[in-house]
Amino acid sequence: MKAQWQILVVDDEEIMCESMAAWLREDGYAVDTASSGREAIEMARRTEYAIHFVDLKMPGGIDGIETLMEIRRIRPDASIIIITAYATVDTAIAAMKEGAQEYIVKPCNPEEISLLVSRIIKVKNLQRENMILRKKLARQYHFHDIISKNARMAGILEMAREVASLRSTVLIRGESGTGKELVARAIHFSGDRAQKPFVAVSCAALAETLLESELFGYEKGAFTGAAERKKGKFELADGGTIFLDEIGDISPKLQADLLRVLQEKSFYRVGGSEEVRVDARVIAATHKDLRAAVEEGRFREDLFYRLNVIEVQLPPLRDRREDIPLLVEHFIERISHEVGKDVRGISDGAMRVLMDHDWPGNVRELENAVERAIVACRSGTLGEDDLAFLQENGSGRQFRVPANMTLEEMEKLMIEAALKRTGGNVKESASGLGIDRSTLYDKLKKYGIER
Amino acid sequence: MGLSVMDAPEGGSAEMVTEQIAQALEDVFAVRVTVRQQAWIPDGAYDRQRGQYNAPLVLRSVLEGAASEPPKLLAVTGGDLFIPMLSFVYGQAQLGGRAAVVSIARLRQEYYGLPANAALLAGRARKEAVHETGHLFGLVHCEAPDCAMRLSTNIRQLDMKGDRLCSGCAAMLMERVI
Repeated sequence: MKAQWQILVVDDEEIMCESMAAWLREDGYAVDTASSGREAIEMARRTEYAIHFVDLKMPGGIDGIETLMEIRRIRPDASIIIITAYATVDTAIAAMKEGAQEYIVKPCNPEEISLLVSRIIKVKNLQRENMILRKKLARQYHFHDIISKNARMAGILEMAREVASLRSTVLIRGESGTGKELVARAIHFSGDRAQKPFVAVSCAALAETLLESELFGYEKGAFTGAAERKKGKFELADGGTIFLDEIGDISPKLQADLLRVLQEKSFYRVGGSEEVRVDARVIAATHKDLRAAVEEGRFREDLFYRLNVIEVQLPPLRDRREDIPLLVEHFIERISHEVGKDVRGISDGAMRVLMDHDWPGNVRELENAVERAIVACRSGTLGEDDLAFLQENGSGRQFRVPANMTLEEMEKLMIEAALKRTGGNVKESASGLGIDRSTLYDKLKKYGIER
Repeated sequence: MGLSVMDAPEGGSAEMVTEQIAQALEDVFAVRVTVRQQAWIPDGAYDRQRGQYNAPLVLRSVLEGAASEPPKLLAVTGGDLFIPMLSFVYGQAQLGGRAAVVSIARLRQEYYGLPANAALLAGRARKEAVHETGHLFGLVHCEAPDCAMRLSTNIRQLDMKGDRLCSGCAAMLMERVI
């Protein structure tokens, strides 16, 4: 897990920089070098380095301390190690005061540097792991966790942010895998209910009676097996948000019950006669066309309007392809860390495969594809081969073009395939290939194809 | 690959270990090793103040003096090596590159005020030569306790590891070579 961390070595002497970089590369780190403070600051702006080795004495305007201060301004969490040829107490104090993590005097014992680097990297690994685990544990997503540079998405997120603190019901529509629950969580955790519970229920997963007791709870003895009173999801979400996924799948009876909760803010537990009052914001989601369901009489119109106070329509991934590279980068970073594989990037060819895919399963499918590719990947970079499975069960629109194949070779293959398909019928083959018969005859002669 | 012996005015020869090194490299990397004598380590690489040889400059001269063949070059010297940032190095290699150098100065028992031990010296030299050559083939440091690619920054660590690659590094080597 070393190579995902980058190290920057800053020194005006090239041989110093390069030999140090080479030594660290042997340890498996990705190392960049800069020959001046100015260059180092530029590089730190572009790339997040785990460790910066900065030489104290550098000519050309910006010395080590100034470089350190500027890098700290850009990246407050950066680990910076100041290097100097001669130790003086004053400079050491100045460097530490400005936030240097360590101060070393060259030439330094290799053991010392090796321990120092591994100590810092260990902490960085723990910090990153901690962040990922916390996020996973709480699943407290915010709008900045939704990765997109698509203008339509930006508008949607802006609107969702604005309504986060309202109590109004939100209906999120979008194909499966577009991130409906993620948006619901972001709305909840960005609003003033963030400290209260977020309770998610998938309405499609449960049978009608089960869903009813799941949502509204039940009294002791309400049905066989109801040995204790149990609170339903609405009660659990009191003060917070209840997220009803796949709302389009619920039965007419539950539609009526739900309408009552939305109107009266109260309900009865299954088998109970005591009215339970509840203050839960409802966010519903569906991949179905509820308007059409209303027209066909399968979904109550009054409930639809109650739910559809604020409508959020998430576009499918194929309509926001510009987000694919951003998402892929994010998934590679997160998943390679989770599965403990050292995958840092993706080849241009593999990215093209991902860009060209139609993603019927949207972002979730993309995430799964990246995970599968990372598990299969045998180098530090995802290649086209790692994504071969996408083409196997792809939409048929895609086929693999073998490397090093010429246009003529391809043409010959296509003609042969057409002839095979038509049982050697030239007229039919020509029409299938979109050329006239005489052209096909010419090509048969040119490529020496037997009919 | 080519193995050259560089005698150093300060530190002496490394000739006594070349045969052992050549054998180890042939065993581990399945390459043919041709031993080539090169009389002296370059004068310009000597740092009078430090009393050591500058490893990056030694590497540069190994590359400059080399013919187009062979593709990988390892130099062995008796001179003590350093890189400017560090007080010493046992060796240095261009990661995934062509040239590497190993010093036996700190592999000798005499360096630590102990009686000479030829077998121990040869064993240590084999480990360091396999280690630096591993870097030439693109291998990075390994955590396995007895793998030759484990980083050693003192002589105890060097003595604890082995002179062979662990199965993980061996597999990576196969992938890189093929």
